[in-house]
Amino acid sequence: MQNPYLPYPVRIDEIITETEDKNLKTFKLVFINPEDEKKFSYMPGQFAELSVAGKGEIPIGIASSPTEKGFIKFTVNKVGLVTTCLHSMKPGDIIGVRGPLGCHPWDTLKGKSVVIIGGGFAFTTLRSSIVYMLDPLNRKNFKDIHVIYGARSPGMLLYRNELAAWETRDDIKMHITVDGTDDPEWKYNVGFVPTITEQKAPSGDSDTFALICGPPIMIKFTQPVLDKLGHAHDHIIMSLEMRMKCGIGICGRCNIGKEYVCKDGPLFTLAELNNMPKEY
Amino acid sequence: MRFITIDKNSWANGLENLYGNYRLFGPVKNNNQHFFKELAKGELPDFNYLNTRLSPKSLVFPQTEIMFEFSLDENDEQHHILKEINKDYSPRALIGIRPCDAASFMLVKRNFDTPEYKDNYWLHAYESTIFAGLACDNPCNTCFCTSAGCGPFHEDGLDLLLVDEGDKFIVKILTPKGDNFINSAGWETEADPTASEKIIAEMQIKAEEKIASSVSTDKLKNKSTIKLYDGTFWDDIAFACINCGTCTYVCPTCWCFDIQDEVTRNSGIRIRNWDSCMYPLFTLHGTGYNPRNTKMQRVRQRFMHKLKYYVDKYGDGIQCVGCGRCIRLCPVNIDIRKVCDIMNNYEG
Repeated sequence: MQNPYLPYPVRIDEIITETEDKNLKTFKLVFINPEDEKKFSYMPGQFAELSVAGKGEIPIGIASSPTEKGFIKFTVNKVGLVTTCLHSMKPGDIIGVRGPLGCHPWDTLKGKSVVIIGGGFAFTTLRSSIVYMLDPLNRKNFKDIHVIYGARSPGMLLYRNELAAWETRDDIKMHITVDGTDDPEWKYNVGFVPTITEQKAPSGDSDTFALICGPPIMIKFTQPVLDKLGHAHDHIIMSLEMRMKCGIGICGRCNIGKEYVCKDGPLFTLAELNNMPKEY
Repeated sequence: MRFITIDKNSWANGLENLYGNYRLFGPVKNNNQHFFKELAKGELPDFNYLNTRLSPKSLVFPQTEIMFEFSLDENDEQHHILKEINKDYSPRALIGIRPCDAASFMLVKRNFDTPEYKDNYWLHAYESTIFAGLACDNPCNTCFCTSAGCGPFHEDGLDLLLVDEGDKFIVKILTPKGDNFINSAGWETEADPTASEKIIAEMQIKAEEKIASSVSTDKLKNKSTIKLYDGTFWDDIAFACINCGTCTYVCPTCWCFDIQDEVTRNSGIRIRNWDSCMYPLFTLHGTGYNPRNTKMQRVRQRFMHKLKYYVDKYGDGIQCVGCGRCIRLCPVNIDIRKVCDIMNNYEG
């Protein structure tokens, strides 16, 4: 019987500081036992528990895509004990990864148009989703792909090189925005995510799903915009966050009603959330 | 169904025979309260009790349990890699567990033994345990097991049931595990099944009649979760609560836990500890945001979980066996029976 609490050992291969405030770093991790990489078979939208021996575990969305082989990536915001320790680590250090955990939306999204709406550092699993959909083997499985992604300033955007590369493609419509900037070189949008969504997002129909990941304030103001654009609530998929420990629906803390965000989520449609207590 | 009788004169002798084959646990009196503890050789369980102060859940789900160990010494080849540790899952017997407490393990098992994930620690401990129940002839005034899907002679979760009949026990053997246990003790006085069944049935009726309080749960399943959650009664229920967590601590069906790392010099352990939905830290986000920031929200979570979310999730009754410990020990007299009735009858 496999112990679901035992992390796979991984080595930190590379650490990239992503944002100008240096509070977000991407950790590229390589499995120490190659057979563990096969066991860690994931899809975009899922998360994992990163484990630092002596500090503890934290649930973090997987930023790499399963189409990228040989490593997994996590972008970590420096917040508490474990993340602060992670930020002080160096390539070569050993940590652990437990997962993949949580559900993913890809059975639903196959053959559909996808509107990705992301804000701040919640863009990590959305990056995974975009890389996955743009993979030459997968792109034909999706219709139009729109991405609305906003951050406070240009320097706070994650994965800037990839954003620029996606901007030049014709099989994905990028709508990058910042809350404000005095950078004369800035050639993309300026405005909050809900505003840009209203201007740029396609209207809803039965073949279009919106995938939203961001801070509560962004979600709160984006939702009425999507209503206005005619996106049905069962076609809006949101990713929730909760304090978690076990990550497998057993330790009891991350529930909303009878659903555990770690195991039954973290993705819920707005239609599902409408029928759950507003305790998140 | 096999029945035997155990003459109380041969009780100690049988336990003595079991001693090498099982670790024996039973109720023992300490500071005027009974607690389950491991019995030393020759030590007898004390059956002169209504129920133990704490539920016996810790025998399967310890209050603190080591999950892994690790070395932080970089000279160690496997440093920073978590390692499983050897644990003692040799056969053990819980002697004299009350039927309500035994039934609680069945409710809790649904959480630790799921189609997707198996909690090794809980399951191994559970599977290595024999549950030798002791029927209740004399329930407490806070007991409401008969309306909580349970009862003083309830058999779910038991391997055998001991019924105290003066100078002997009648034993109803319920599983092969129970059979092995009885054989291992050398108790072999077969009893007539029909006559035994009849005596037990009569005693059961008398015991059930003594249970003075009840809860109504029939309408919970069809109530709207949102309406109950938004109910107007929660502030009143939570008003006196001091979030001490005693209710979750003594509850046989509360299973929530925390995971922490502890380090001493160059090595450490990952442990899990009982946690409680009564505490703000239980749900506090790293950002400082807390979805259950007020005590009312936490009290609501406890009762909604036991009496509605669990009912909805498993479709088979409430997450409560009616042992009454939380009622007896709550310092401000919050009574789950009243809360359950309010929820069951709420028409908001």
